[in-house]
Amino acid sequence: MNDLLAGLMAAIDLIIHLDRDLVEISLRSLQVTVTAVFIASLVGLPFGAWLAVTRFRYRRLAIALLNALMGLPPVVVGLVVYILLSRSGPFGVFNLLFTPTAMIIAQIIIVTPIIASLSHQSMRDLWYLYHDLLISIRTSKWQRMRTLLWDGRRSLLTATLTGFGRAIGEIGAIMIVGGNIDHLTRVLTTAIALEVGKGNFPLALGLGIVLIAMAILINLAIHILSRTEREGTW
Amino acid sequence: MVDSILPVVLDQAIVRKEGRQIVGPLNLTFGREGGCSILVGPNGAGKTTLLRLMHGLERASEGRVTWSARKDTVYARQSFVFQAPVVLRRSCLENIAYPLFVRGVQREKARAEAAKWIEDIGLAEVAHNDAHVLSGGEKQKLAMARALITKPDVLFLDEPTANLDGASTQEIERLIASAVQSGTRIVMATHDFGQARRLATDILFMYRGRIHEHAAADIFFGGPATDEAAKFMKGDLLI
Ligand SMILES: Nc1ncnc2c1ncn2[C@@H]1O[C@H](COP(=O)(O)OP(=O)(O)O)[C@@H](O)[C@H]1O
Ligand SMILES: [Mg+2]
Repeated sequence: MNDLLAGLMAAIDLIIHLDRDLVEISLRSLQVTVTAVFIASLVGLPFGAWLAVTRFRYRRLAIALLNALMGLPPVVVGLVVYILLSRSGPFGVFNLLFTPTAMIIAQIIIVTPIIASLSHQSMRDLWYLYHDLLISIRTSKWQRMRTLLWDGRRSLLTATLTGFGRAIGEIGAIMIVGGNIDHLTRVLTTAIALEVGKGNFPLALGLGIVLIAMAILINLAIHILSRTEREGTW
Repeated sequence: MVDSILPVVLDQAIVRKEGRQIVGPLNLTFGREGGCSILVGPNGAGKTTLLRLMHGLERASEGRVTWSARKDTVYARQSFVFQAPVVLRRSCLENIAYPLFVRGVQREKARAEAAKWIEDIGLAEVAHNDAHVLSGGEKQKLAMARALITKPDVLFLDEPTANLDGASTQEIERLIASAVQSGTRIVMATHDFGQARRLATDILFMYRGRIHEHAAADIFFGGPATDEAAKFMKGDLLI
């Protein structure tokens, strides 16, 4: 108990004094995750809208597949990306293994199905409401997608934030493809695992507090967004 | 407007849903004479389906619906107001301007045009508020303005006042009357006979998917020719 308390005090001390390692690792986490989530949103959000307004033969199958991809075990994603990027793999020439780019690629693969699926759900609900009007006005498919994406922007932001929450706390894949290299690929989750292993509880706890703070902020933002969504004001 | 997409001709048109024939066969013409044609008839008669069929929201299972212009102009020059108003999640002004945006009208021009309409329907004060907070009557006025902003040749209205109070109904009827004045042909379903009397130039009595009677309004209200229409007007249940 005393150890815990002492560790906590030391952790808070590290945070208050903006410990260099702590700041560096936190910023790298943010950089990797923000980049990955940004790209995943760029792909996933419009794809969800497209899926909502398009009727094609294997639509149901595509949706089922998308939902299944949401449950991809990150460790397996990491393994596959590792194989693809490793020297003997098909993308080995790019020398990306154990770089932040490799971690971003893995996170994109993990998070895009989540964002696309959440996007599809809210776009589908909105399409149900808008359907008759947008058909009546003879909007093109692009106009329909744009209208849904714009009018549903609040729930889409929620989808993006959910993806962010998932990515920032992810460890399995980025440990494998990033390698947890100091000053290069070390991020919050991998650093915590390492510091715990080393018995350096103050730094581990400090990193943990930063991670939790980010998660809480994200959840708060989602909560506020979904409230304004329900009340229809923004 | 020199040209018109009218007349529209229904030729042996039938709509089937789940194997059941719910509308038709119908042979029907709406010409260029202007005015307000009103569909009356009991629930389930097929009024909504007929309006949607003409507007191209339903496909004819058999027969044809033929407009007097090319397909791309035909649908650009007609509008539809649904029984439950569809409101976009944006401001009132943007709701009204939306069809102009879709037609590629410049944003500022579209907004200026919408501003005139929002003035006309008395919602100028809430122009920039989210349209979702409007009352049912205000939403339907918004839908009317959005339908009329494109100056359509034909406006389809599906029981536009079914869920509204007296005051809102009056305002909607004013918009309908002024649309007729400016040359828009109205085809509308209602089950409010008072409304039909006030607005109709001609009445189509619909029952079990067929038009049983089509007559000038004064003639119809002077005494329907068919038993079913007479019973329906007296308030007897038709099954
Ligand atoms: N999508 C559908 N599937 C099956 N039946 C339908 C469908 N839409 C309408 N119907 C049926 O068609 C009939 C006519 O409906 P409708 O056109 O809405 O009548 P009205 O507007 O005169 O009340 C009703 O019996 C209704 O149940
Ligand atoms: Mg109806």
